Amino acid sequence: MKKVRVLLVDDETEFVSALAERLSLRGFDAETATSGEEALGKIARSAPDIVLLDMLMPGMSGSEVLKRIKHDYPQVRVILLTGRGSWDGIQGIREGAYDCLMKPIQIEELMQIMASAMESDDKTQSQKGV
Amino acid sequence: MVSWLRQKLTGFFNSLRDLPDYAESPERYKVLRRNIIILMLVVTILPLFLMGLINHYLYKRTMQDEIVQPMKILVNKTRHSFEVFLAERLSAVSFIASSYTCAELSDEKNLSRIFTVMKKEFSGVVDLGFLDPDGVQVSYDGPYKLQGKNYADQDWYKETRVRGSYISDVFLGYRKLPHIVMAVERSHAGDCQGSVLRATIDTNRFMEFISSMRLDPGSDAFLLNKSGIFQTPSKFYGQVLETFPMALPPASNEPNVLQIADPKGREVMLTYVYFETLPFILMVVKPRGQVMQAWYTLKTEALIVFVIGVVVIFLVIFKLVDKLVKRLEESDQRREAAYREMQETSKLASIGRLAAGVAHEVNNPLAIINEKAGLIKDLSEFTPEFPLKDKLLPLTGAILQSVDRCRTITQRLLGFARRMDVSIQMLSLNEVIEEVLGFLEKEALHRNVDLQLNLAFDLPRIASDRGQLQQVFLNILNNAFDAVQDGGKVAITSFEVDMDTVGVTIQDNGQGMTQETMTHLFEPFFTTKKGYGTGLGLSITYGIVKKLGGDIKVKSKLGEGTTFTVFLPKKALALAGD
Repeated sequence: MKKVRVLLVDDETEFVSALAERLSLRGFDAETATSGEEALGKIARSAPDIVLLDMLMPGMSGSEVLKRIKHDYPQVRVILLTGRGSWDGIQGIREGAYDCLMKPIQIEELMQIMASAMESDDKTQSQKGV
Repeated sequence: MVSWLRQKLTGFFNSLRDLPDYAESPERYKVLRRNIIILMLVVTILPLFLMGLINHYLYKRTMQDEIVQPMKILVNKTRHSFEVFLAERLSAVSFIASSYTCAELSDEKNLSRIFTVMKKEFSGVVDLGFLDPDGVQVSYDGPYKLQGKNYADQDWYKETRVRGSYISDVFLGYRKLPHIVMAVERSHAGDCQGSVLRATIDTNRFMEFISSMRLDPGSDAFLLNKSGIFQTPSKFYGQVLETFPMALPPASNEPNVLQIADPKGREVMLTYVYFETLPFILMVVKPRGQVMQAWYTLKTEALIVFVIGVVVIFLVIFKLVDKLVKRLEESDQRREAAYREMQETSKLASIGRLAAGVAHEVNNPLAIINEKAGLIKDLSEFTPEFPLKDKLLPLTGAILQSVDRCRTITQRLLGFARRMDVSIQMLSLNEVIEEVLGFLEKEALHRNVDLQLNLAFDLPRIASDRGQLQQVFLNILNNAFDAVQDGGKVAITSFEVDMDTVGVTIQDNGQGMTQETMTHLFEPFFTTKKGYGTGLGLSITYGIVKKLGGDIKVKSKLGEGTTFTVFLPKKALALAGD
């Protein structure tokens, strides 16, 4: 079975590296990016299934990156990470994110959400994405 | 004096102005009320009083002048009549004494003829007699038989011989009737030098002068000599030749008025004048009450008007100031309440922003710790026969648990600050309360807390947020449970307040709160549960209730318990995204 490809985007290197390793251990194909620009480049090269995107980053903000992804690659599911409370997340979901998680995240919860994101059919995705 | 007055006035006005903004006691308004009343009374009654006083004085003077002046004129006129009357007769006697020879005057017939003419011309002359230089009356005409009488020992005779002419005081003499004698000595050299012509004047004429003054019955007028002996009878003070019972007034040739008390104790106005050439004093005595009757009437009327005026001013000022100060008090209270609410709101808002910032900053490092520890755990779990696996798993477990606790705190902080979406649904407040009590029933049972539930069975359903309301009641009930001792009482009552509002009262009989605690009750991070409280519970509660358009009221008495009343609108304000 094809591995689910996940791109982790957060300016905290230590956070993304550790989480990437944990996801790898759980059988994901995990890549990391530490800025919005880098993330968009990586998405262009190897379209991932899921992007875990931090909302607050220096340079390009999470919501900008989200808009670009949803515009250019509507099939990519974006799960937002935020340290600032649910309002950011609600806004993000309105803009097309699949869901939102509060940092620090619980791995079990993340696994569940990613699973349900993968299960959701393409039809729903495209509807949500537009 | 001026600076002292200025200081006092400044102090007084400052006391009106510099009242503390937050009246801790109603004393402030009492002081204010008292000061305004005093000030207004002083500025209204003082001028009234002064004006009354000045008017009183002026009227009194005018009235007195109007009474006193005519009296003086009358007395002066009457004295003049006396003087003219006596002077005319003395001149006549003097004229006769000089014009006729000694022989003519000694002749009884001749003297009788002269007397007849004189009587015709000058009323009041009773008799006429001629005395030789030895004092023996050699000729006489009149109603008595006095011829041959020797007057050498009589005072008037001696005086006449010394002075040349003489008018006596009133005396009785041989005839035992009051009369006066006027006598003139023939002074020119020649025959019978030292002989004296004398006439007797009837004092009834004096009475006529006095009655011509036309005094009212209460008044008295009389003539005194300079020794204070009555020359005419007095109505009240004595008969002719008795002594005037008061001290004689100071000598004055101008009419003068004294206000004195007579020996009977009556307040009287004494008008008197001394004769210029004769040894007499004319006196008029009027009771003052009678004189001043008009004045007293006027004074009484003025006093009544003044008193009524003062009473009206008092009433108006009291009523007015009372109303004014009450209004002021109310408006102060409203302003204070508004100010407190505003302060509370802005404090909550700024602390909320701070909390959000802190939570966010803490969440990022917390996320790293979480992932690193998670990775260690994963590695030890996923790698078969990982060395120290048994040692590491509990360690990472502890780290992850701690992170979880921190996460709960930061989430709560954010929850306090967050702009939450209110999810409004129709719900029964009673149900919400019962759900919340589900969490607490065990504790109530365990601690033997008497949980009294008085839920209005017909409480209307309201449109509000179930989750948030659960949090509200959970927070308040938690506090109530913390406040009561084991075996204490917590009563929950739901009720309909009015058309638009329902309310829930949560009453405990716990330790109660101090005023200090009450003031900070809804502030974030304020807690009395040292060591285990976050100080966020009630501030979140307050925030939620406000957001839903409701209000919380707290009553508490130290040692007696606390009552929270939550008021909720039947239709919550939907402030989504606010």
